[in-house]
Amino acid sequence: MKKEVNKILLLGSGALKIGQAGEFDYSGSQALKAIREEGKYSVLINPNIATVQTSEGVADKIYYLPVTPEYVEEVIKKERPDGILLSFGGQTALNCGVELYRKGIFEKYDVQVLGTPVQAIIDTEDREIFAGKLKEIGVKTPRSIAAGNMDEAVAAANQLGYPLIVRAAYTLGGLGSGFCANEEELLKLAASAFAYSPQILVEESLKGWKEVEYEVVRDCYDNCITVCNMENFDPLGIHTGESIVVAPSQTLSNSEYHKLRSIAIKIIRHVGIIGECNVQYALDPDSEDYRVIEVNARLSRSSALASKATGYPLAFVAAKLGLGYGLHEIKNSVTKVTTACFEPALDYVVCKIPRWDLGKFEGVSKLLGSSMKSVGEVMSIGRTFEEAIQKGLRMVGQGMHGFVGNNIHIPDIDEELVNPTDKRIFAIAEAFDRGYTVERVHEMTRIDNWFLERLQRIHRLKDELSRYTWLSGVHAALLKEAKQMGFSDFQIARLVMKEDRRSLHERMLDVRAYRKKLGIVPCVKQIDTLAGEYPAMTNYLYVTYNGEENDVEYEHDGKSVIVLGSGAYRIGSSVEFDWCGVSALHAIHKMGYRSVMVNYNPETVSTDYDTCDRLYFDELSFERVMDIVELEMPKGVIVSTGGQIPNNLAMRLAGQHVPILGTSAESIDRAEDRQKFSTMCDRLGIDQPRWKELAQLEDIYRFADEVGFPLLIRPSYVLSGAAMNVVSNREELVHFLGLAAEVSKEHPVVVTEFIEQAKEVEIDAVAQNGEIKAYAISEHVEFAGVHSGDATVVFPAQKLYVETMRRIKKIARAIAKELNIFGPFNMQFLAKDNDIKVIECNLRASRSFPFVSKVLKFNFIELATRIMLGEQVEALNKSVFDLDYVGVKASQFSFARLLKADPVLGVDMASTGEAACLGENYYEALLKSMVSVGCTVPEKNILISSGPTHSKAELLEPVRMLIKKGYCIFATSGTARFLREHGMEVTELHWPDEEQQPNVMEYLQQKKIDLVVNIPKNHTRRELDNGYRIRRAAVDYNIPLITNARLASAFIYAICKVGKEDLAIKAWDEY
Amino acid sequence: MQYLKKARLVLQDGTMYEGTSFGYEKSVSGEVVFYTAMTGYPESLTDPSYKGQILVPTYPMIGNYGVPIDKREWGISKYFESDRIHCTALVISDYSSGYSHWNSQKSLGQWLQEQQVPGLFGIDTRALTKKLREHGTMLGRIELDDSPVPFFDPNGSNIVAEVSTPEVVEYGDGDFRVVLVDCGVKYNIIRCLLRRGVRLKRVPWNYDFTEEDCDGIFLSNGPGDPAQCGETIAHVRKMLDRDIPIMGICLGNQLMARAAGAETYKLKYGHRGHNQPVLQVGTNRCHITSQNHGFAIDDKTLPADWEPLFVNVNDGTNEGIRHRTKPFFSAQFHPEASSGPTDTEFLFDWFIENMKQAKTKKSGK
Repeated sequence: MKKEVNKILLLGSGALKIGQAGEFDYSGSQALKAIREEGKYSVLINPNIATVQTSEGVADKIYYLPVTPEYVEEVIKKERPDGILLSFGGQTALNCGVELYRKGIFEKYDVQVLGTPVQAIIDTEDREIFAGKLKEIGVKTPRSIAAGNMDEAVAAANQLGYPLIVRAAYTLGGLGSGFCANEEELLKLAASAFAYSPQILVEESLKGWKEVEYEVVRDCYDNCITVCNMENFDPLGIHTGESIVVAPSQTLSNSEYHKLRSIAIKIIRHVGIIGECNVQYALDPDSEDYRVIEVNARLSRSSALASKATGYPLAFVAAKLGLGYGLHEIKNSVTKVTTACFEPALDYVVCKIPRWDLGKFEGVSKLLGSSMKSVGEVMSIGRTFEEAIQKGLRMVGQGMHGFVGNNIHIPDIDEELVNPTDKRIFAIAEAFDRGYTVERVHEMTRIDNWFLERLQRIHRLKDELSRYTWLSGVHAALLKEAKQMGFSDFQIARLVMKEDRRSLHERMLDVRAYRKKLGIVPCVKQIDTLAGEYPAMTNYLYVTYNGEENDVEYEHDGKSVIVLGSGAYRIGSSVEFDWCGVSALHAIHKMGYRSVMVNYNPETVSTDYDTCDRLYFDELSFERVMDIVELEMPKGVIVSTGGQIPNNLAMRLAGQHVPILGTSAESIDRAEDRQKFSTMCDRLGIDQPRWKELAQLEDIYRFADEVGFPLLIRPSYVLSGAAMNVVSNREELVHFLGLAAEVSKEHPVVVTEFIEQAKEVEIDAVAQNGEIKAYAISEHVEFAGVHSGDATVVFPAQKLYVETMRRIKKIARAIAKELNIFGPFNMQFLAKDNDIKVIECNLRASRSFPFVSKVLKFNFIELATRIMLGEQVEALNKSVFDLDYVGVKASQFSFARLLKADPVLGVDMASTGEAACLGENYYEALLKSMVSVGCTVPEKNILISSGPTHSKAELLEPVRMLIKKGYCIFATSGTARFLREHGMEVTELHWPDEEQQPNVMEYLQQKKIDLVVNIPKNHTRRELDNGYRIRRAAVDYNIPLITNARLASAFIYAICKVGKEDLAIKAWDEY
Repeated sequence: MQYLKKARLVLQDGTMYEGTSFGYEKSVSGEVVFYTAMTGYPESLTDPSYKGQILVPTYPMIGNYGVPIDKREWGISKYFESDRIHCTALVISDYSSGYSHWNSQKSLGQWLQEQQVPGLFGIDTRALTKKLREHGTMLGRIELDDSPVPFFDPNGSNIVAEVSTPEVVEYGDGDFRVVLVDCGVKYNIIRCLLRRGVRLKRVPWNYDFTEEDCDGIFLSNGPGDPAQCGETIAHVRKMLDRDIPIMGICLGNQLMARAAGAETYKLKYGHRGHNQPVLQVGTNRCHITSQNHGFAIDDKTLPADWEPLFVNVNDGTNEGIRHRTKPFFSAQFHPEASSGPTDTEFLFDWFIENMKQAKTKKSGK
């Protein structure tokens, strides 16, 4: 008999990275909620300190530790849980679980794996085993034949029929792979593939097939449901994470829909999954033929999307099934009366669109393909496809206003249509402008005609609107149709009011007033899982023009408090702001107000309908927020917990007399506007690096002569340093000015003196009435020049002069008072020899708020929310000197996913996530957090390529320690020479472009190196190229890489000083 | 773009919804019902059970994949559930004039026009659905050109007679001889039976089959109030004294119950969709089913030798019954699906199994 499960361990997914993002905060949080509801004790391991799941009140015990077999085993040894859940923490948790299972750890400590058995997971993870398993039940997978020579390849091709794909086995990055339509092409391609590899795979090509996914659930009684199906707008060939996806499917007939549905159920039964799984299909656009292309035996990004798309709490239900419930024994959380054993009926369409930040990486290819590069996604909801897609394209937040009405020019649309990048949809718009037919676009893109027809409807309406010049000429029916097709007031203003010379914002306000006068206003609909068949007890809402009636009755009692969310995850704005938003919602609810969230990111907890009293899954645009404000008539709107998007709305909302809770919009503007801020600093006697906002080239050169190089160049109003760069000479300056001007023509360029070898210090604080009530000062391990979002952050600061701290506090106090701050704010400083200069000030919560809140065990956002709602609060009476532990936050990079990108750090942010751990001392915390982001402790061999002289000097002592510890040091020529001069024994490896042995590339390829320290040097082309090849190889062969001398030094100290026995396995509450 | 005419849907209580016509332009009236399935409009429109009803899909975009090219297989249409559209009218939110599918030959609008069925789009179908949910199913009419027709209640007359086959038709050459009592049968029931080796004799709703020499009797689905089918009920009642296996679906389920002596009643707004959970009584097996019915069996009135076979997990209503000792059973939902999930198609296997056992028993005697 099974023993009773009372204590359950859940593995989280760690730091966010491409392919594994915020969706696992959602799934873990839901699972923990299910465990709590059952009265069971939960233990969570997750070093992602910014998540909601690692907050107070979600799990009973939280370990901020790496999700690796070693650490998890230690926690198991200590906690002795009865059961473990592996499928809520993405691939990280799954891989870790499989390894622990293989090592017999679960057996050893008598831990029962809840939900899907590990063997079933293993069966789905191995392609070959899995294809075999599916064959047993007659389910089709893509046909593939291995060939060892040319004859075999031709025979295989004849057997499969053309077109085909040839893949070279055992190569990286798709070398030698390609598509062939006939034997001639095959012979050519196979010849080159055999050059890379002794074996090639000849596979049938499914190019142009539809891609469809199903989310399937099964309980221990063998009851199965499919929660949702989804159809990719982009045909097969583009990773589903890179595709626009709609739910439910739009172009599948009943027979196709149910054929694939029943196969999905057949698969989940055969594999024996208990919980949730995702099945991906290729479907022939010209018949009902299909192939299963992938199965994920765990919660995935798609399942998070399906949950948000349907309102069906997949993760919550999957956790309950893992605890032994049957589907029919669980209630539908929306209606509270019907059962969870049903399949949601949608009466709307959702559209998921990926968000890419490819512009931030040097060298990366922008072509979309079979690997995922997007960093986030949005989900839009509408009652027509047109409405949903236009909303979604705005939500992505890259300056687009919908499908049409954008200032974007695609130089070669034919190329873009055939070989898509992140801009393809706009190429379709331009193709229609140039008179391409739906059929022609279809031929080039293989996108189903249904989608193209719908897009063409938007295009036609745009043409119709463009015929008008004056708003008053646009009749009500046309205006209404435009709104029903998802046109924003901004788009209409741009298309119609062409001769109006006022700002677009003013014109847009005219459109708003005009359409309200005509009675064209949107209505609010509920997502209720049953398409209206049963009343919903929750308020999961969206706004649409395709309807006449609101589903919500508004109280208008002044008790609604609207929190604006943070939108799509992107580099620079991620799960941290979701934590801030959720903390604000909880505080609002606790204070007796109605918490209202506006956000559209399906990967978040803030968009769970039970996190707030009312959720508007909708745009964070001025227009939509105004619509919601007019419906809710709230007490006020909080703009300071959602990062830069809401912050940027503050002035315009205030301009319409929307009550902004917290610091006034004028103050926000005084901090955001560089000129205003600088004038204020001057007046207050606060020092800043010298800077100028310049629009003329000669002025910039004059300024450069005055302050000297290096210089920092950036446009105003940025979050993560887009288009920001450091130039060290005039030539670079000229080059980057060209790039910066392209980013923002309306804003002039800001040129700032760049101070080298300076420390960077941050303060996160909350103020009331201009008086600081709580603050946290943290320092960066790296010197200034590494973006604060990429830096390794230590809190409490360990190595600052008391004098420095005092000065920083003083400056923060002065600013808080001057701007009369109510709520959260963050400032960043440069400190060099006790000289303090302010480099940034944001009157909103920053990325580090969850980190400092959790280390300090005091929720800054809760305090800020109470202040914003008018409560008089006491100052935090807790000093960092009371803490006898340290927190270190390390950054997670996703270079492995970004083929060819140069993995170096600069003033522009590149990290996609972060992890933070606590330790008894600085080095222990640093070591744990570095391991959490994949920088494992090296076994034996370390490669040092130490770059510029000061880095060489910085690393001298650390290398000596490594040698003393028994590590073998390998070095490139200059470094080797330098180390030998200092009496150290090292092995020299030749540069990649040298033919000689031993060569560094060979050592990397054979994985003979356990850690690469490569500090880039901005000198000769050759060294840059060699450095790049080393860094890239480290990433491609999955070898830990450090590219900053200060961080490398700190990490080496940590591995030398902290032994395995010194690593404390302590829960958050034990510190 | 062609000129589109405005039209109205007016409910019994006076509520009016204005939309645009995309089907045949005539005024009609019927019972307004919503259904929550997201796929399968060609199947639903041709389902005879919708006779007399104005259909309101809750999914907003309809017509996406056009209308399939009709082919015939086994002497019946391959892609439709009967030879024509049966519902009175179709009311939707958004119409896909541009359709796309490898197997489509015309648009939904064209098809409606050919079949002389009105269609309206541009209606807030969610608001309409909520109204029907709160007030229960209502009568309604489509008004075009200010020439409204009076309200018509399809449950007040015998509409089964209108959709049943006028004559006896035979299909297949399998081993099991089954009499199919056609009260408005969906073709997929015929397909499901033929696929299992059945020789079918499809008979009109009031055909006296009590003296037929056969291995099984099948009571089909159909529209309206089961109480209207007194003749069929009388025939079934006779057969309940014998041991020939009987299976019923939907209206067939209700006819079986009434024949056994139980009562049926009208549900507030019925079950119409693809996601209805039914629990097999006495087990933990819960099936997702396709449904389309406005009436249900009153469990409490079941005679002692009958028992509930399935129950709806959402509202606890009866979803099927069986005889405690004899090979008679029926389901309120649609195991033949089309449209909808095919999870309960095994019920046809039960029926075949019952016939097999009855045959063995007979030859054993």
